[in-house]
Amino acid sequence: MISTLADSLRDAGRAWAVQRRVLGALLLREILTRYGRHNIGFLWLFVEPMVFTLGVTALWSAMKATHGSSLPIVAFALTGYSTVLLWRNMPARCVNAIEPNQTLLYHRHVKVFDLYLARVLLEGMGATISFIFLSIFFITIGWIAPPEDLLKVAGGWMMIFWFGAALAIFVGSLAYDNELVDRIWHPTAYLIFPLSGAGFLVDALPTKFQEILLYLPMVHGVEYLREGYFGSAIRTHHDLGYMASVNAVLTFVALVEARKVSNRVIPA
Amino acid sequence: MMEMVDVWKRYPIHGGHHQVLKGVNLSVSIGEKLGILGRNGAGKSTMIRLISGAERPDQGQVTRKMSVSWPLAFGGAFQGTLTGLDNLRFICRVYGVDPKDKVDFVDDFAELGPFLREPVRTYSSGMRARLAFALSMVIEFDCFLIDEVVSVGDSRFTAKCELELFQKRKDRAMIIVSHDVNYLKKHCQKIVLLQDGQIRTGENIDEVLRIYSKS
Repeated sequence: MISTLADSLRDAGRAWAVQRRVLGALLLREILTRYGRHNIGFLWLFVEPMVFTLGVTALWSAMKATHGSSLPIVAFALTGYSTVLLWRNMPARCVNAIEPNQTLLYHRHVKVFDLYLARVLLEGMGATISFIFLSIFFITIGWIAPPEDLLKVAGGWMMIFWFGAALAIFVGSLAYDNELVDRIWHPTAYLIFPLSGAGFLVDALPTKFQEILLYLPMVHGVEYLREGYFGSAIRTHHDLGYMASVNAVLTFVALVEARKVSNRVIPA
Repeated sequence: MMEMVDVWKRYPIHGGHHQVLKGVNLSVSIGEKLGILGRNGAGKSTMIRLISGAERPDQGQVTRKMSVSWPLAFGGAFQGTLTGLDNLRFICRVYGVDPKDKVDFVDDFAELGPFLREPVRTYSSGMRARLAFALSMVIEFDCFLIDEVVSVGDSRFTAKCELELFQKRKDRAMIIVSHDVNYLKKHCQKIVLLQDGQIRTGENIDEVLRIYSKS
Protein backbone atom coordinates (compact mmCIF):
# COMPACT_ATOMS: atom_id res chain seq x y z
CA MET A 1 0.00 0.00 0.00
CA ILE A 2 2.73 2.42 1.05
CA SER A 3 4.94 1.37 -1.82
CA THR A 4 2.17 1.96 -4.39
CA LEU A 5 1.57 5.41 -2.94
CA ALA A 6 5.29 6.17 -3.14
CA ASP A 7 5.31 4.83 -6.69
CA SER A 8 2.45 6.98 -7.84
CA LEU A 9 3.97 10.01 -6.13
CA ARG A 10 7.23 9.36 -7.95
CA ASP A 11 5.37 8.92 -11.25
CA ALA A 12 3.52 12.18 -10.69
CA GLY A 13 6.80 13.91 -9.92
CA ARG A 14 8.34 12.58 -13.10
CA ALA A 15 5.31 13.58 -15.17
CA TRP A 16 5.48 17.07 -13.70
CA ALA A 17 9.17 17.32 -14.60
CA VAL A 18 8.42 16.26 -18.21
CA GLN A 19 5.53 18.71 -18.40
CA ARG A 20 7.75 21.57 -17.24
CA ARG A 21 10.49 20.66 -19.71
CA VAL A 22 8.10 20.49 -22.64
CA LEU A 23 6.40 23.77 -21.76
CA GLY A 24 9.73 25.51 -21.31
CA ALA A 25 10.98 24.21 -24.66
CA LEU A 26 7.78 25.25 -26.42
CA LEU A 27 7.82 28.72 -24.84
CA LEU A 28 11.37 29.41 -25.99
CA ARG A 29 10.58 28.05 -29.44
CA GLU A 30 7.48 30.26 -29.71
CA ILE A 31 9.43 33.33 -28.66
CA LEU A 32 12.13 32.64 -31.24
CA THR A 33 9.80 31.86 -34.13
CA ARG A 34 7.56 34.81 -33.38
CA TYR A 35 10.04 37.53 -32.60
CA GLY A 36 13.32 36.17 -33.93
CA ARG A 37 16.63 37.69 -33.05
CA HIS A 38 16.31 40.87 -35.07
CA ASN A 39 16.11 44.38 -33.58
CA ILE A 40 14.66 44.16 -30.07
CA GLY A 41 13.78 40.44 -30.38
CA PHE A 42 11.73 38.98 -27.54
CA LEU A 43 11.16 42.44 -26.01
CA TRP A 44 8.32 42.73 -28.56
CA LEU A 45 6.49 40.29 -26.31
CA PHE A 46 5.48 43.18 -24.07
CA VAL A 47 6.45 46.19 -26.17
CA GLU A 48 3.69 45.32 -28.63
CA PRO A 49 0.86 45.38 -26.04
CA MET A 50 2.45 48.47 -24.48
CA VAL A 51 2.26 50.29 -27.80
CA PHE A 52 -1.41 49.30 -28.11
CA THR A 53 -2.26 50.51 -24.64
CA LEU A 54 -0.29 53.73 -25.02
CA GLY A 55 -1.99 54.41 -28.36
CA VAL A 56 -5.46 53.97 -26.92
CA THR A 57 -4.52 56.07 -23.90
CA ALA A 58 -3.30 58.86 -26.17
CA LEU A 59 -6.44 58.67 -28.34
CA TRP A 60 -8.84 58.75 -25.41
CA SER A 61 -6.89 61.61 -23.85
CA ALA A 62 -6.95 63.60 -27.08
CA MET A 63 -10.69 63.08 -27.46
CA LYS A 64 -11.21 63.83 -23.78
CA ALA A 65 -13.16 60.57 -23.65
CA THR A 66 -13.83 60.38 -19.94
CA HIS A 67 -16.53 57.75 -20.49
CA GLY A 68 -18.70 59.39 -17.90
CA SER A 69 -16.34 58.94 -14.99
CA SER A 70 -14.37 61.35 -12.89
CA LEU A 71 -11.23 59.22 -13.12
CA PRO A 72 -8.16 60.50 -14.93
CA ILE A 73 -8.27 59.24 -18.52
CA VAL A 74 -4.83 57.68 -18.34
CA ALA A 75 -5.73 55.57 -15.33
CA PHE A 76 -8.99 54.63 -16.98
CA ALA A 77 -7.37 53.54 -20.25
CA LEU A 78 -4.55 51.66 -18.56
CA THR A 79 -6.82 49.57 -16.35
CA GLY A 80 -9.34 49.06 -19.15
CA TYR A 81 -7.42 48.41 -22.30
CA SER A 82 -4.80 46.17 -20.68
CA THR A 83 -7.50 43.71 -19.67
CA VAL A 84 -8.91 43.66 -23.20
CA LEU A 85 -5.52 42.59 -24.52
CA LEU A 86 -5.62 39.73 -22.05
CA TRP A 87 -8.88 38.09 -23.10
CA ARG A 88 -8.79 39.08 -26.76
CA ASN A 89 -5.25 38.15 -27.81
CA MET A 90 -5.02 34.75 -26.15
CA PRO A 91 -7.86 33.26 -28.22
CA ALA A 92 -6.50 34.87 -31.38
CA ARG A 93 -3.18 33.09 -30.82
CA CYS A 94 -4.79 29.73 -30.14
CA VAL A 95 -6.55 29.68 -33.49
CA ASN A 96 -4.10 27.92 -35.82
CA ALA A 97 -1.84 26.93 -32.94
CA ILE A 98 -1.59 23.34 -34.12
CA GLU A 99 -0.84 23.41 -37.85
CA PRO A 100 2.61 25.03 -37.68
CA ASN A 101 3.57 22.75 -34.79
CA GLN A 102 2.02 19.51 -35.96
CA THR A 103 5.34 17.75 -36.56
CA LEU A 104 6.34 18.33 -32.95
CA LEU A 105 3.64 15.87 -31.92
CA TYR A 106 5.98 13.10 -33.08
CA HIS A 107 7.78 13.70 -29.81
CA ARG A 108 5.61 11.66 -27.50
CA HIS A 109 5.75 14.12 -24.59
CA VAL A 110 4.50 17.04 -26.68
CA LYS A 111 0.70 17.09 -26.56
CA VAL A 112 -1.84 19.24 -28.34
CA PHE A 113 -2.76 20.76 -25.00
CA ASP A 114 0.87 21.85 -24.47
CA LEU A 115 0.81 23.75 -27.77
CA TYR A 116 -2.23 25.71 -26.58
CA LEU A 117 -0.85 26.22 -23.10
CA ALA A 118 2.47 27.59 -24.40
CA ARG A 119 0.72 30.17 -26.54
CA VAL A 120 -1.70 31.16 -23.77
CA LEU A 121 1.12 31.61 -21.28
CA LEU A 122 3.25 33.60 -23.69
CA GLU A 123 0.43 35.95 -24.66
CA GLY A 124 -0.66 36.33 -21.04
CA MET A 125 2.89 37.04 -19.90
CA GLY A 126 3.23 39.75 -22.54
CA ALA A 127 0.02 41.48 -21.47
CA THR A 128 0.92 41.16 -17.78
CA ILE A 129 4.42 42.57 -18.12
CA SER A 130 3.06 45.39 -20.26
CA PHE A 131 0.44 46.23 -17.61
CA ILE A 132 3.00 46.22 -14.80
CA PHE A 133 5.56 48.30 -16.73
CA LEU A 134 3.05 50.92 -17.77
CA SER A 135 1.62 51.13 -14.25
CA ILE A 136 5.07 51.68 -12.77
CA PHE A 137 5.88 54.20 -15.49
CA PHE A 138 2.75 56.32 -15.02
CA ILE A 139 2.98 56.12 -11.24
CA THR A 140 6.63 57.19 -11.32
CA ILE A 141 5.96 60.25 -13.48
CA GLY A 142 3.00 61.06 -11.26
CA TRP A 143 0.15 60.78 -13.78
CA ILE A 144 -1.68 58.23 -11.70
CA ALA A 145 -1.66 57.35 -8.03
CA PRO A 146 -0.39 53.95 -6.85
CA PRO A 147 -3.12 51.29 -6.48
CA GLU A 148 -4.95 51.38 -3.17
CA ASP A 149 -5.11 47.59 -2.85
CA LEU A 150 -2.50 45.69 -4.82
CA LEU A 151 -3.98 42.30 -3.93
CA LYS A 152 -7.33 43.19 -5.44
CA VAL A 153 -5.63 44.41 -8.61
CA ALA A 154 -3.74 41.13 -8.85
CA GLY A 155 -6.90 39.17 -8.06
CA GLY A 156 -8.95 40.89 -10.76
CA TRP A 157 -6.10 40.42 -13.24
CA MET A 158 -5.80 36.71 -12.42
CA MET A 159 -9.54 36.23 -12.92
CA ILE A 160 -9.42 37.81 -16.38
CA PHE A 161 -6.27 35.82 -17.15
CA TRP A 162 -8.12 32.62 -16.24
CA PHE A 163 -11.12 33.65 -18.32
CA GLY A 164 -8.94 34.51 -21.31
CA ALA A 165 -6.97 31.26 -21.08
CA ALA A 166 -10.08 29.08 -20.91
CA LEU A 167 -11.73 31.04 -23.73
CA ALA A 168 -8.55 30.73 -25.80
CA ILE A 169 -8.33 26.95 -25.51
CA PHE A 170 -12.06 26.67 -26.20
CA VAL A 171 -12.02 28.90 -29.30
CA GLY A 172 -8.73 27.39 -30.51
CA SER A 173 -10.05 23.82 -30.24
CA LEU A 174 -13.33 24.66 -31.96
CA ALA A 175 -11.46 26.42 -34.74
CA TYR A 176 -9.25 23.40 -35.44
CA ASP A 177 -11.60 21.85 -37.94
CA ASN A 178 -14.10 24.61 -38.41
CA GLU A 179 -12.73 27.71 -40.03
CA LEU A 180 -16.04 29.50 -39.48
CA VAL A 181 -15.08 29.82 -35.82
CA ASP A 182 -12.07 31.95 -36.72
CA ARG A 183 -14.20 34.13 -38.98
CA ILE A 184 -16.84 34.61 -36.30
CA TRP A 185 -14.43 35.08 -33.41
CA HIS A 186 -12.79 38.25 -34.75
CA PRO A 187 -15.97 40.31 -35.23
CA THR A 188 -17.35 38.94 -31.95
CA ALA A 189 -14.28 40.01 -30.02
CA TYR A 190 -14.47 43.40 -31.70
CA LEU A 191 -18.12 43.86 -30.78
CA ILE A 192 -17.71 42.68 -27.19
CA PHE A 193 -14.80 45.06 -26.61
CA PRO A 194 -16.99 48.16 -25.99
CA LEU A 195 -19.22 46.09 -23.69
CA SER A 196 -16.39 44.46 -21.73
CA GLY A 197 -16.09 47.10 -19.04
CA ALA A 198 -12.84 48.45 -20.43
CA GLY A 199 -14.43 51.66 -21.65
CA PHE A 200 -16.87 52.44 -18.86
CA LEU A 201 -17.60 52.08 -15.19
CA VAL A 202 -20.70 49.99 -14.64
CA ASP A 203 -21.89 52.51 -12.06
CA ALA A 204 -22.13 55.25 -14.70
CA LEU A 205 -24.74 53.28 -16.68
CA PRO A 206 -28.52 53.06 -16.25
CA THR A 207 -29.56 50.19 -13.97
CA LYS A 208 -31.24 48.29 -16.82
CA PHE A 209 -27.98 48.25 -18.78
CA GLN A 210 -25.99 47.28 -15.72
CA GLU A 211 -28.02 44.10 -15.23
CA ILE A 212 -27.47 43.00 -18.81
CA LEU A 213 -23.78 43.88 -18.94
CA LEU A 214 -23.01 42.05 -15.74
CA TYR A 215 -23.76 38.79 -17.56
CA LEU A 216 -20.41 39.30 -19.31
CA PRO A 217 -17.82 37.65 -17.03
CA MET A 218 -14.90 39.96 -17.83
CA VAL A 219 -16.87 43.00 -16.63
CA HIS A 220 -16.64 41.65 -13.07
CA GLY A 221 -12.89 41.24 -13.32
CA VAL A 222 -12.34 44.76 -14.64
CA GLU A 223 -14.58 46.26 -11.97
CA TYR A 224 -12.79 44.37 -9.23
CA LEU A 225 -9.40 45.40 -10.60
CA ARG A 226 -10.49 49.04 -10.68
CA GLU A 227 -11.79 48.80 -7.13
CA GLY A 228 -8.29 47.71 -6.15
CA TYR A 229 -6.72 50.50 -8.17
CA PHE A 230 -8.95 53.44 -7.23
CA GLY A 231 -10.71 52.12 -4.13
CA SER A 232 -12.91 54.65 -2.45
CA ALA A 233 -12.91 57.08 -5.39
CA ILE A 234 -15.44 54.98 -7.34
CA ARG A 235 -18.38 52.64 -6.77
CA THR A 236 -17.92 49.24 -8.41
CA HIS A 237 -20.21 46.36 -9.21
CA HIS A 238 -18.85 42.84 -9.26
CA ASP A 239 -19.55 39.29 -8.27
CA LEU A 240 -16.37 37.23 -8.43
CA GLY A 241 -18.32 34.12 -7.46
CA TYR A 242 -20.32 34.46 -10.66
CA MET A 243 -17.18 35.04 -12.70
CA ALA A 244 -15.41 32.05 -11.13
CA SER A 245 -18.40 29.82 -11.96
CA VAL A 246 -18.41 30.94 -15.58
CA ASN A 247 -14.63 30.44 -15.74
CA ALA A 248 -14.87 26.97 -14.25
CA VAL A 249 -17.57 25.85 -16.70
CA LEU A 250 -15.68 27.37 -19.61
CA THR A 251 -12.47 25.66 -18.48
CA PHE A 252 -14.23 22.31 -18.34
CA VAL A 253 -15.77 22.71 -21.80
CA ALA A 254 -12.42 23.90 -23.17
CA LEU A 255 -10.62 20.84 -21.79
CA VAL A 256 -13.23 18.53 -23.31
CA GLU A 257 -12.90 20.20 -26.72
CA ALA A 258 -9.10 20.19 -26.55
CA ARG A 259 -9.18 16.48 -25.78
CA LYS A 260 -11.39 15.86 -28.81
CA VAL A 261 -8.94 17.72 -31.02
CA SER A 262 -6.06 15.85 -29.43
CA ASN A 263 -7.62 12.53 -30.44
CA ARG A 264 -8.16 13.73 -33.99
CA VAL A 265 -4.88 15.42 -34.85
CA ILE A 266 -2.51 13.22 -36.83
CA PRO A 267 1.15 14.16 -36.43
CA ALA A 268 2.41 15.10 -39.87
CA MET B 1 9.94 -4.76 -24.51
CA MET B 2 7.35 -3.10 -26.71
CA GLU B 3 4.04 -4.80 -27.16
CA MET B 4 0.93 -4.17 -29.24
CA VAL B 5 -2.15 -6.15 -28.28
CA ASP B 6 -5.20 -6.25 -30.54
CA VAL B 7 -4.63 -2.72 -31.85
CA TRP B 8 -7.28 -1.13 -34.07
CA LYS B 9 -7.01 2.23 -35.79
CA ARG B 10 -9.23 3.98 -38.27
CA TYR B 11 -9.37 7.45 -39.76
CA PRO B 12 -12.39 9.43 -40.84
CA ILE B 13 -12.65 9.96 -44.57
CA HIS B 14 -15.35 11.62 -46.57
CA GLY B 15 -18.58 9.84 -45.80
CA GLY B 16 -17.23 7.15 -43.48
CA HIS B 17 -14.12 5.59 -42.08
CA HIS B 18 -10.98 4.00 -43.39
CA GLN B 19 -10.05 1.08 -41.17
CA VAL B 20 -6.24 0.90 -41.32
CA LEU B 21 -5.35 -1.55 -38.56
CA LYS B 22 -7.64 -4.45 -37.68
CA GLY B 23 -6.32 -6.11 -34.57
CA VAL B 24 -2.55 -5.91 -34.76
CA ASN B 25 -0.46 -8.02 -32.38
CA LEU B 26 3.26 -7.45 -32.21
CA SER B 27 6.06 -7.54 -29.70
CA VAL B 28 9.68 -6.49 -29.87
CA SER B 29 12.17 -7.26 -27.12
CA ILE B 30 15.39 -5.52 -26.17
CA GLY B 31 18.00 -5.69 -28.90
CA GLU B 32 15.66 -7.27 -31.46
CA LYS B 33 15.68 -6.02 -35.06
CA LEU B 34 12.25 -6.31 -36.60
CA GLY B 35 11.31 -5.43 -40.16
CA ILE B 36 7.73 -4.63 -41.09
CA LEU B 37 7.11 -5.13 -44.78
CA GLY B 38 4.09 -3.65 -46.50
CA ARG B 39 2.83 -2.22 -49.74
CA ASN B 40 2.14 1.49 -50.12
CA GLY B 41 -0.86 2.39 -48.01
CA ALA B 42 -0.74 -0.80 -45.97
CA GLY B 43 -0.55 1.23 -42.75
CA LYS B 44 3.19 1.24 -42.08
CA SER B 45 3.35 4.87 -41.01
CA THR B 46 0.26 4.43 -38.85
CA MET B 47 2.04 1.55 -37.11
CA ILE B 48 5.08 3.74 -36.50
CA ARG B 49 2.98 6.59 -35.07
CA LEU B 50 1.19 4.21 -32.72
CA ILE B 51 4.41 2.52 -31.57
CA SER B 52 6.12 5.87 -30.99
CA GLY B 53 3.16 7.05 -28.93
CA ALA B 54 2.47 10.06 -31.14
CA GLU B 55 -1.03 8.66 -31.60
CA ARG B 56 -3.24 6.43 -29.52
CA PRO B 57 -5.08 3.35 -30.79
CA ASP B 58 -8.90 3.35 -31.04
CA GLN B 59 -8.88 -0.06 -29.41
CA GLY B 60 -6.25 -2.34 -27.91
CA GLN B 61 -3.05 -1.48 -26.11
CA VAL B 62 0.47 -0.37 -26.87
CA THR B 63 2.86 -0.81 -23.96
CA ARG B 64 6.43 0.40 -23.90
CA LYS B 65 8.74 -0.94 -21.23
CA MET B 66 11.79 0.46 -23.00
CA SER B 67 12.37 3.97 -24.32
CA VAL B 68 11.24 4.27 -27.93
CA SER B 69 12.51 6.93 -30.32
CA TRP B 70 10.50 9.21 -32.55
CA PRO B 71 10.41 8.07 -36.22
CA LEU B 72 13.96 8.51 -37.37
CA ALA B 73 15.18 11.15 -39.75
CA PHE B 74 11.75 12.43 -40.68
CA GLY B 75 12.67 15.70 -42.28
CA GLY B 76 9.69 17.94 -41.84
CA ALA B 77 10.04 18.78 -38.18
CA PHE B 78 11.85 22.04 -38.67
CA GLN B 79 10.51 25.51 -38.27
CA GLY B 80 12.08 27.44 -41.14
CA THR B 81 12.86 30.55 -39.13
CA LEU B 82 14.79 28.62 -36.51
CA THR B 83 18.45 27.72 -36.96
CA GLY B 84 19.77 24.18 -36.88
CA LEU B 85 21.16 24.95 -33.44
CA ASP B 86 17.76 26.18 -32.20
CA ASN B 87 16.21 22.91 -33.34
CA LEU B 88 18.92 20.97 -31.52
CA ARG B 89 18.29 22.95 -28.34
CA PHE B 90 14.54 22.36 -28.61
CA ILE B 91 14.94 18.59 -28.85
CA CYS B 92 17.43 18.55 -25.98
CA ARG B 93 15.05 20.56 -23.79
CA VAL B 94 12.11 18.27 -24.53
CA TYR B 95 14.12 15.18 -23.64
CA GLY B 96 15.97 16.74 -20.72
CA VAL B 97 19.50 16.55 -22.15
CA ASP B 98 22.14 19.25 -21.91
CA PRO B 99 22.54 20.70 -25.43
CA LYS B 100 26.10 21.86 -24.73
CA ASP B 101 27.45 18.31 -24.90
CA LYS B 102 25.72 17.67 -28.20
CA VAL B 103 26.60 20.70 -30.31
CA ASP B 104 30.00 19.32 -31.33
CA PHE B 105 28.53 16.00 -32.38
CA VAL B 106 25.80 17.57 -34.55
CA ASP B 107 28.24 20.10 -35.96
CA ASP B 108 30.63 17.32 -36.88
CA PHE B 109 28.06 14.80 -38.11
CA ALA B 110 25.69 16.96 -40.14
CA GLU B 111 28.55 18.80 -41.86
CA LEU B 112 26.63 22.04 -42.05
CA GLY B 113 29.56 24.28 -41.20
CA PRO B 114 28.48 27.86 -40.52
CA PHE B 115 24.93 26.98 -41.64
CA LEU B 116 24.28 25.32 -38.27
CA ARG B 117 23.69 28.86 -37.03
CA GLU B 118 21.56 29.94 -40.02
CA PRO B 119 17.77 29.57 -40.38
CA VAL B 120 16.72 26.14 -41.65
CA ARG B 121 14.82 27.74 -44.55
CA THR B 122 18.19 28.54 -46.16
CA TYR B 123 19.12 24.81 -46.21
CA SER B 124 19.07 22.53 -49.22
CA SER B 125 16.99 19.36 -48.87
CA GLY B 126 20.19 17.34 -48.37
CA MET B 127 21.26 19.65 -45.54
CA ARG B 128 17.86 19.30 -43.89
CA ALA B 129 18.04 15.54 -44.09
CA ARG B 130 21.56 15.53 -42.61
CA LEU B 131 20.46 17.75 -39.75
CA ALA B 132 17.40 15.57 -39.12
CA PHE B 133 19.52 12.44 -38.92
CA ALA B 134 22.11 14.04 -36.68
CA LEU B 135 19.37 15.23 -34.30
CA SER B 136 17.92 11.72 -34.20
CA MET B 137 21.25 10.47 -32.86
CA VAL B 138 21.42 13.06 -30.10
CA ILE B 139 19.00 11.33 -27.74
CA GLU B 140 19.73 7.73 -26.79
CA PHE B 141 16.86 5.23 -26.94
CA ASP B 142 16.50 1.50 -26.26
CA CYS B 143 14.51 1.12 -29.45
CA PHE B 144 14.78 3.09 -32.68
CA LEU B 145 11.88 3.49 -35.09
CA ILE B 146 12.88 3.79 -38.70
CA ASP B 147 10.29 4.77 -41.27
CA GLU B 148 11.37 3.74 -44.79
CA VAL B 149 14.93 3.52 -45.92
CA VAL B 150 17.37 5.80 -44.22
CA SER B 151 18.84 7.09 -47.45
CA VAL B 152 20.09 10.52 -46.66
CA GLY B 153 22.20 12.61 -49.00
CA ASP B 154 24.99 11.03 -51.03
CA SER B 155 26.36 7.53 -50.64
CA ARG B 156 29.20 8.64 -48.39
CA PHE B 157 26.76 10.18 -45.95
CA THR B 158 24.48 7.15 -46.16
CA ALA B 159 27.42 4.97 -45.14
CA LYS B 160 28.11 7.32 -42.24
CA CYS B 161 24.50 7.06 -41.07
CA GLU B 162 24.53 3.27 -41.30
CA LEU B 163 27.71 3.17 -39.22
CA GLU B 164 26.23 5.45 -36.58
CA LEU B 165 22.93 3.60 -36.39
CA PHE B 166 23.57 -0.06 -37.18
CA GLN B 167 27.15 -0.44 -35.94
CA LYS B 168 27.49 1.91 -32.99
CA ARG B 169 23.96 1.13 -31.78
CA LYS B 170 23.74 -2.53 -32.70
CA ASP B 171 22.77 -3.46 -29.14
CA ARG B 172 19.49 -1.54 -29.45
CA ALA B 173 16.15 -2.77 -30.67
CA MET B 174 15.04 -1.47 -34.06
CA ILE B 175 11.73 -1.47 -35.83
CA ILE B 176 12.07 -0.74 -39.51
CA VAL B 177 9.11 -0.31 -41.83
CA SER B 178 9.72 -0.41 -45.55
CA HIS B 179 8.57 -1.82 -48.85
CA ASP B 180 12.19 -2.52 -49.75
CA VAL B 181 12.83 -6.23 -49.21
CA ASN B 182 16.60 -6.01 -49.55
CA TYR B 183 16.96 -3.23 -47.02
CA LEU B 184 15.00 -5.20 -44.44
CA LYS B 185 16.91 -8.41 -45.16
CA LYS B 186 20.17 -6.60 -44.58
CA HIS B 187 19.29 -5.22 -41.16
CA CYS B 188 16.63 -7.44 -39.57
CA GLN B 189 16.61 -10.87 -37.98
CA LYS B 190 12.89 -11.11 -38.32
CA ILE B 191 10.49 -9.78 -40.93
CA VAL B 192 6.72 -9.63 -40.63
CA LEU B 193 4.16 -8.61 -43.20
CA LEU B 194 1.58 -5.88 -42.73
CA GLN B 195 -1.35 -6.83 -44.91
CA ASP B 196 -5.08 -6.13 -44.76
CA GLY B 197 -4.62 -4.33 -41.47
CA GLN B 198 -3.01 -7.29 -39.73
CA ILE B 199 0.44 -8.66 -39.02
CA ARG B 200 1.27 -11.91 -40.81
CA THR B 201 4.28 -13.99 -39.89
CA GLY B 202 5.90 -16.99 -41.46
CA GLU B 203 8.22 -19.82 -40.47
CA ASN B 204 11.20 -17.88 -41.76
CA ILE B 205 12.10 -14.77 -43.73
CA ASP B 206 11.87 -16.52 -47.10
CA GLU B 207 8.33 -17.64 -46.47
CA VAL B 208 7.30 -14.10 -45.51
CA LEU B 209 8.93 -12.78 -48.67
CA ARG B 210 7.08 -15.40 -50.74
CA ILE B 211 3.73 -14.26 -49.37
CA TYR B 212 4.75 -10.65 -49.99
CA SER B 213 5.71 -11.24 -53.61
CA LYS B 214 2.35 -12.94 -54.26
CA SER B 215 0.36 -10.11 -52.70
